[in-house]
Amino acid sequence: MKLKLITDVSRSFLIARWKQTLVAAIGVTFSITMFIALLSFMAGLNDLLDGLILNRTAHIRLYNEIKPSKLQPVDLSEIYKGYYNFVNSIKPKNEKAAIYNTGAIINTLNKDSRVLGIAPKITAQVFFNVGAIDLTGVINGIDAEAENLFFKFSDYVISGNYMDLKNIPNSIIMGKGAAEKMLANIGDVIQVTTARGDRIQLKVVGYFQSGIRDIDNIQSYASISTTQKLLGESDGYITDIQVKLKDILLAPALAKQYSRLFDVDATDIQTANAQYETGSFVRTLISYAVGITLLIVAGFGIYNILNMMIYEKMDSIAILKATGFSGKDVHRIFLTIALSIGIFGGLLGLLLGFGLSAIIDQIPFVTASLPTIKTYPVDYNPAFYVIGGIFSIATTYMAGFFPSRKASKIDPVIIIRGK
Amino acid sequence: MKDKILDALKISKYFHDPATVKVIKEISFSVMKGEFVSIIGKSGCGKSTLLYILSTMDTSYEGELFLDGQSMKNRIESDLAKVRNEKIGFVFQFHYLLNEFSVLKNVMLPGLKLAKFTDKEVEQRAYDKLKILGIQSEALKYPNQLSGGEKQRVAIARSLINDPLIIMGDEPTGNLDKKNSEVVFHIFQELAQEFNQSLLIVTHDNEFAQKTNRIIEMEDGRIIRM
Repeated sequence: MKLKLITDVSRSFLIARWKQTLVAAIGVTFSITMFIALLSFMAGLNDLLDGLILNRTAHIRLYNEIKPSKLQPVDLSEIYKGYYNFVNSIKPKNEKAAIYNTGAIINTLNKDSRVLGIAPKITAQVFFNVGAIDLTGVINGIDAEAENLFFKFSDYVISGNYMDLKNIPNSIIMGKGAAEKMLANIGDVIQVTTARGDRIQLKVVGYFQSGIRDIDNIQSYASISTTQKLLGESDGYITDIQVKLKDILLAPALAKQYSRLFDVDATDIQTANAQYETGSFVRTLISYAVGITLLIVAGFGIYNILNMMIYEKMDSIAILKATGFSGKDVHRIFLTIALSIGIFGGLLGLLLGFGLSAIIDQIPFVTASLPTIKTYPVDYNPAFYVIGGIFSIATTYMAGFFPSRKASKIDPVIIIRGK
Repeated sequence: MKDKILDALKISKYFHDPATVKVIKEISFSVMKGEFVSIIGKSGCGKSTLLYILSTMDTSYEGELFLDGQSMKNRIESDLAKVRNEKIGFVFQFHYLLNEFSVLKNVMLPGLKLAKFTDKEVEQRAYDKLKILGIQSEALKYPNQLSGGEKQRVAIARSLINDPLIIMGDEPTGNLDKKNSEVVFHIFQELAQEFNQSLLIVTHDNEFAQKTNRIIEMEDGRIIRM
C-alpha cells in the first residue's frame, strides 16, 4: 500500500517531466548499448585471435627432442662418481626423432579421464621440386579425423576436402603460399624429395591457409601412412603426440607428469603461448574500463537531472512533508525515480546492445589471412548482459542517492515561509 | 468545549543568524475542541514562527508542546510526520497544490499516506470533502485550471481529509480578494459550527479575526491580548 503510493507519486513526477526523464534514460540506454556492443565485439575478436593459435595448438605436445645426452658414460661409472668429469665436444647420438613405444603411450592417454583426445603427428622435412629449383618445406603427417575433431583442421582447408587425405593414397594438402609458388592446382601431381634423397610423387587434393604467412609458405599436410612411407619408416613411427585436455588449466602440471611417465619431452600450451593470454587480458581490461566509464558519465547525467528536478519540486516536497510524508518517504520517492530511469534505460540498452552486436555480426570482414571469417566476430556472452544490467542499476542508485538525501533533508518551514 | 487539543507551555524560540534574537518569548496558551481561534499581530511579531512550532514542523524551540495530550518534545522526524499527517490539517497563504496530480488526487494524498482507509474509501471521502466546499465538480481538473479561490478551497479540502484534530492556517486569505476571503471565512466558520472543528488561523486581516471565537494578539514575541 505504502509502496504503491510512493511509486504513484514517483510516476507522476516522472511523467510531469517526461522530456528530462527521457534524456536521462537515453543516457543510460546509450551507455549500456555501447557497453554491451563493445564487450561482445572485443570478446569476439579476442576469441578469434586466440583461436588463431590456441585452437590449433595442442594443450600438451609430447615429442622427442634431439639433444646430447645429459649423462655421459663416465657419469654412470662407479669409480668416477666422486669426481668432476669434464667431457668436451659432446654430440647428440644418432637416434630417431620418433617417440618410442607410441602404441602404449596412446593407449594410456586414451584411458586418462582428464584427456579429451589425442592426435598423433609426424613432421618431415622435404624439398618441393619445381623444375630445377627445390623449395624447402615441411610435411605434417596427420590423422585427418582426429586433427579435425580437436584442432579444427577443416576450418583452414580452403579448398578441397580434408578427408581426401585419408581416402586418396599419396595425397597432400598444400600450404597456400607453397602451392602458389609451385603453381600447383588441385588434382596436380607434385614431386618431393625427402631429406634422405628419395623422390616421391604426391597428388594435391586441397589448399591449406592458416592466416599466418610463414606457416602457409612452408607447411603442408599428408596422412600419417603417406608420411611414414615418405620417410621410409615403419608403422609405429610418430614424432609428436598432441594432447587436448578437458581443462586447459591442467596442462602445465600434466605436461610434467607425462614427461616423467613416458620419458619424453612435453610442452604445455601456457608456456608455449604465454603472450596470447596476456594480450587477451589487457584487451578485456580496456573494454571493461571504457564501458564502465560510459556508465559513470551516464550516472552524472542522472545526478544532474535529479538535482534539477529537486530544485523544481522544492514546493511539492515541502507540502508533502507538511502533510505527513516523512523524510524517508521523500528519499524513497526520488530513489524510485532514479531507479526507474536506470531500469528502463538499462533494459532498453541491453536490447539495443544485443541489436548492435547482431548488426556488427553482419558486417562483412573478409581478409585473406582469416579464411574462416566472413563477418566481424561477436561473442554473445550472457555474462556481459548481467554485468550491464547490474551496473545500470548500481550507477543510477548511486547517482540518485545523494540528490534523494538532499530532498529528504529539505526543511518545509524554510520553503513555505520563503514565499 | 472542554478538551484541550493544543497546549503550549512557555514556548520560546531564538533566531541565531546573524545575531541571537529571542523571537518568541515564553508563550503559553491552549486551544479547546471546536474553538475557532485567530492569531493577529504586526509583521515580524513572531505569529507565523509560533504557528510552525505548533505545527511540529519547526523543532528547535524551548518549552513544551502538547497535542491531544501528548508531548511533541524529542520526537523523531518520521514520528512528527505521522502526527502532522493524522492530527493536523494545513492551509497556507499560497495554496501549495501539486500540479502533477488532479484536484481529487491532491485531496487524497494525505489520506493515502495515512492508509487508515482503502483507496476507494479515501476517494469517496475526498469527494465528500470537496462537496462540503462546493467544488466537487472540479474534482478531475488539474490545479492550474482553477482560480485562486478554488485552489484555496481544494487546499482546505485536503486539510480535512484525515479528519484532523485541528486545522492550522497561515494567512489563508492573504492572497485572496475580498469576495473569496469571505467565502473561505464562511467555510471555516461552518466547519467550526457544524463539524465542531478546531481551527487556529494566523492572519493580519483584522476584519477576519473579529469574526472568530477568540483572538490572540501578539506583539514583539509576546501575547498581549488573549
